[in-house]
Amino acid sequence: MKAESKSRLPIYAIVVFTIAMCPAVAEAHLNSTGMGPVYDGLMHFLMSPEDLIPVFALALLAGLRGAAYGRRALLVLPTAWLIGGLAGLAATAVNATGVSTAITFLLLGGLVALDVKLSLRASTALAALLGLYHGYLNGAGMGLPGSASLALLGLVFAVFILVSLTAALVVQLQAAWARIAVRVVGSWIVASGLLMLGWSLHGKL
Amino acid sequence: MRWTGTLITMLLWAQVAFAHPQAGEAKGFLTGFRHPISGLDHVLAMVAVGLWGAQLGSPAIWLLPVAFPMVMAFGGMLGLMGIPLPGVEYGIAASAILLGMAVLFEVRPPLALAAVLVGVFAIFHGHAHGTELPPGESGMLYSIGFVIATGCLHGVGISIGVIHRWMWGQRMLRVAGALVAAGGVFFMWKAF
Repeated sequence: MKAESKSRLPIYAIVVFTIAMCPAVAEAHLNSTGMGPVYDGLMHFLMSPEDLIPVFALALLAGLRGAAYGRRALLVLPTAWLIGGLAGLAATAVNATGVSTAITFLLLGGLVALDVKLSLRASTALAALLGLYHGYLNGAGMGLPGSASLALLGLVFAVFILVSLTAALVVQLQAAWARIAVRVVGSWIVASGLLMLGWSLHGKL
Repeated sequence: MRWTGTLITMLLWAQVAFAHPQAGEAKGFLTGFRHPISGLDHVLAMVAVGLWGAQLGSPAIWLLPVAFPMVMAFGGMLGLMGIPLPGVEYGIAASAILLGMAVLFEVRPPLALAAVLVGVFAIFHGHAHGTELPPGESGMLYSIGFVIATGCLHGVGISIGVIHRWMWGQRMLRVAGALVAAGGVFFMWKAF
């Protein structure tokens, strides 16, 4: 049995490699995964550090503060992202400036690095603002009139997954060193934001 | 059979077609990641920060590696904005000498003083790196790669510093500090 499966391996490999080499359809603005607009939106989020890292930082912050904060972020952030995205679909294409992205990194990374004890209300407001702002930018930049709403849904789903996984992981961290490691990651986000700010002011970003 | 399944799954993974390519993103990250580890002077100083933090114990073990990337990035930002910093190469070499000597003699200053010392050196390191983004690459991913590599170097130093709990390990750390300081002297000599 083992010998038989080994002998078929090159054939499988050649057939699958040939299929895999066929290029997928290219669509404007969103990178096409070949699996439809929902996955295009999902992949767009995962491949866009300017969106992904602020969400990651907010999830870290919520996780550091506890389960109630995590649940609130999980509810508010994707909802706000969806509302902002739908509003953005009606707008003309806009792009986040390097400075605004850098400031987002600095603010959220700084809150994580300093382990700031935000109130639940402030944390909720922060999640709502982040979701509305980035959702609006995403919606305005989609450029796919027919399937943009589906792509937006995929994107919001990716936000939901990232927040739920990250916040849940951080909430259950009890060891002091593990919580410090989370804060170190926050400091890295701040450092990246500072460098990005430098690039922006230098006109290179 | 298991490997066949894995191979088929990998090969069937849908390709991404880049209609609007975000040129240079992966390259930007890798360039940024390689940058701090490609210069021995930077590597020595950053590993020494981790070693010193491990010698000093909590809270310095986490405060110094948290402070260093942030202040280094601030130095990088100054460089990018065109604000000059005289004697950058001397500052980098001096950082290796002084941090190496701190590890060699297991110096235990007040925490604030250690943080300020590390922060001052970090500005020199950041400024030196600050203006070296090759054209056409993503500044954002370069920055992220750069910071992650720096943090990893500190992690290497802290991991090595774990041997401080043993007597022989303490001696080995001091030897490592001497080597870092010697490297710093060499780089200072080259800078002149």
